[in-house]
Amino acid sequence: MSTYLPFARTEARTNYLNADYGWKSWLFTTDHKRIALLYLFSITAFFFVGGAFAVGMRVNLLTPEGIFAHDTYNKLFTMHGIIMVFFFLVPSIPATLGNFLVPLMIGARDLAFPRINLLSWYLYMIGGAIALTAIVKGGVDTGWTFYAPFSSTYSNTHVILTAIGVFVSGFSSILTGLNFIVTIHTMRAPGMTWGRLPLFVWGHYATSLIQVLGTPVIAITLVLLGLERVLHAGIFDPAVGGDPVLFQHLFWFYSHPAVYIMILPGMAVISEIIPCFSRKALFGYTFVAISSIAIAVLGFLVWGHHLFVAGQSMYASMVFSLLSFLVAIPSAIKVFNWTATMYKGSISYETPMLYAFGFIGLFTIGGLTGLFLATLAIDVHVTDTYFVIAHFHYIMVGGMVMAYLGGIHFWFPKISGRMYPEGWARFAALIVFVGFNLTFFPQFILGYQGMPRRYAHYPPEFQVLNVMSTAGASILAVGYLLPIIYLGWAWRKGPKAPQNPWNAKGLEWEQSPTPPPTYNFETQPVVTEPAYNYSGESEEVGIG
Amino acid sequence: MGVFSIFPPRASTTAVQVDALYTFLLIVAGIMTALIFFCVFFFAVRYRRKNQDDPAPKAIHGSLPLEIAWSVFPFLIMLVMFAWGAKLYFQNYTPPLHDTFDIYVTGKQWMWKVQYPTGQREINEMHVPTGRPVKLILASEDVIHSFYIPAFRLKHDVVPGSYQTYWFEATEPGRYHILCAEYCGTNHSDMGGWVTVMKPNDFERWLAGDTGGSMREQGEKLFQQYGCVTCHVTDREGRCPSLLNVFGNPVVLDDGRTVVADEAYVRESILNPNAKVVKGYKHDIMPVFQGQISEEGLLQLIVYVKSLSPPAPRSGKSAAPAPKANPK
Repeated sequence: MSTYLPFARTEARTNYLNADYGWKSWLFTTDHKRIALLYLFSITAFFFVGGAFAVGMRVNLLTPEGIFAHDTYNKLFTMHGIIMVFFFLVPSIPATLGNFLVPLMIGARDLAFPRINLLSWYLYMIGGAIALTAIVKGGVDTGWTFYAPFSSTYSNTHVILTAIGVFVSGFSSILTGLNFIVTIHTMRAPGMTWGRLPLFVWGHYATSLIQVLGTPVIAITLVLLGLERVLHAGIFDPAVGGDPVLFQHLFWFYSHPAVYIMILPGMAVISEIIPCFSRKALFGYTFVAISSIAIAVLGFLVWGHHLFVAGQSMYASMVFSLLSFLVAIPSAIKVFNWTATMYKGSISYETPMLYAFGFIGLFTIGGLTGLFLATLAIDVHVTDTYFVIAHFHYIMVGGMVMAYLGGIHFWFPKISGRMYPEGWARFAALIVFVGFNLTFFPQFILGYQGMPRRYAHYPPEFQVLNVMSTAGASILAVGYLLPIIYLGWAWRKGPKAPQNPWNAKGLEWEQSPTPPPTYNFETQPVVTEPAYNYSGESEEVGIG
Repeated sequence: MGVFSIFPPRASTTAVQVDALYTFLLIVAGIMTALIFFCVFFFAVRYRRKNQDDPAPKAIHGSLPLEIAWSVFPFLIMLVMFAWGAKLYFQNYTPPLHDTFDIYVTGKQWMWKVQYPTGQREINEMHVPTGRPVKLILASEDVIHSFYIPAFRLKHDVVPGSYQTYWFEATEPGRYHILCAEYCGTNHSDMGGWVTVMKPNDFERWLAGDTGGSMREQGEKLFQQYGCVTCHVTDREGRCPSLLNVFGNPVVLDDGRTVVADEAYVRESILNPNAKVVKGYKHDIMPVFQGQISEEGLLQLIVYVKSLSPPAPRSGKSAAPAPKANPK
């Protein structure tokens, strides 16, 4: 059993929020918790910018003839993709919840490199500011995938400026990953062995590996694209001797692993929530932990499934198809283990658990439709259609954003020291779930019927499903605005949170005051039990 | 097919096969989804916490047999999906060697230009017969496009600097969408058209309509206009290889490799003659035509070069008539 510290529960206790005041204490902080909040506010802002572009797209698609000019629509989907992928999804959970919780969960007083952590946030903001500048100056219309030779030779928009923004923010991602890897290796509290690490930390470890190994490739690719565009170097444009398919190989060598950068932290959050609200150890801890690493490794070997119709060798396509099925196995293992954890549990339905239910359901659909795309002959028909859009959003919005919102609610008391209004939060979770499915499920059908993505105009037979999708999007928008309102209210006016409102296990709840002091722990924590020891077993038990 | 059918019209042999595979995956995915949803719902209700003071339940740390079972069984089912999908994919992207009707498609921002060996040219329209393999040779004049016919369940990117091909056999007469599926700039969503599938007799009648000379004849004109004829047919000093009986046959190169002279090889040899030089000939004899000939012109030249090789024994209805002077 771990020892519960006898906290002096005085109102005037100093914590990381009231330790210092004034803008300098925030903009020059090296406290991982304050940096996490800087990230939280900035990525939320980017989320709503990216969301506004999505609203524009859905409005345009209400009628087959569209409402905006072609170029306007092309810029809308491009900027939606760029903002959401590079400035929301990639940093989302790692930079906010990961930043806040990794040191707390392993019993460290901060990340290994606190000043580099602050530098990460500044790089992110500089990259974001450059991308926003490109948008304000007129935007970019290449699609977030920047395919050459359109991006290198034909587009008349701000390709270079946008690419620089993405390039700069990439370093933020690399440095965050590096910081996590070093922290997890070197700063675990006494007794926090690898086999006792919370799965949140395992998930972030796997994510960090991809960030460090993958992100440099997109940086190089964007530099080459810049060289091609400015100097006509002859790398990607066939008119000057280049190979446009080479660009796609380089781009997806990062951008496919990047989708695992986006989803692994979501899985990490779910692995915390389900044991807590089932009051039961996670089923198959070792398999869930290893599956994160397996996803990180295999994720680097499947990029070619984006090129089944692009002109790569048929034999290459066959290998990539097989490997893509293989990478589905560790994801399936996670879903099965989460579900098995609930068996004979003691389950309650607080908001984080509702989001976890939603995650399992939507991630299951997203994952299974991934099998359709890995199947070569089906991919030929549905690639570059709304089927892909629906699949991607089931994973990224249905999976990742659900997990993010679940995590935000789960740790809100820890972060703010206040409780959120449970009734409103459950209501919003329901709205998000309904709105999401109405938005994206019709897109699977649209895709198989043959509606290509990135279409400002479309054949009239697709209108009914598009109107359904737009109606769903308006519900989804309400679901996303509600938490902003009630969490904002709760931050100032919510009831004071008890030390451990969910009776959760883990150092961050059991041994660090709520909200934590600047250096996290009042005494050096010592770990004497495995993770998720809800039943209070005194001995470590292997599986078998 | 009503608005709420999940299948678009089926108008090719491939469409039936892809839909069968899709249905198999839908069933597997449906069973898996139902299983997981049922477990989550059932556990959530059956094991709900009835009293806040209930003691924590006993831990279950896992089960190796279960972990192995739910890794291996899904993977075995996935192997079926993989093999089935790969077989169809190879079939659709490997045109038959004989008896195909070839259609030459050039994509440019933002239209599809379609040429037939008999000389017909269309924009954003394509006519094909039922019951006969049709092979598409796809070229792009600018950016990447993708030639997508949902009713055939087929598409392929059209990549500048290369030829891409696929083939199909249409089954149902009618008019079906041609769509561009790879984002290509401003009017990407308007870069579409119609494929008209016709009964063989109707198609023959359509094909016999007026043309401005067959593709082969236009190619022959270009062959003379660019001066190809001076070296490749009548060259007495042997600086350039003869093009008779070259197309479709293996060619030995000066670096020892052997390649088959297909459309892509002829295209490359026109645009960049030094890339693959035939054994026994010198580099830098032929001018580089990169950027000199339009994609449509290239396709016409290729049809002409094809016509210099006699028809394969089985190709009675070969699109390009072979010159009578060259029996094998």
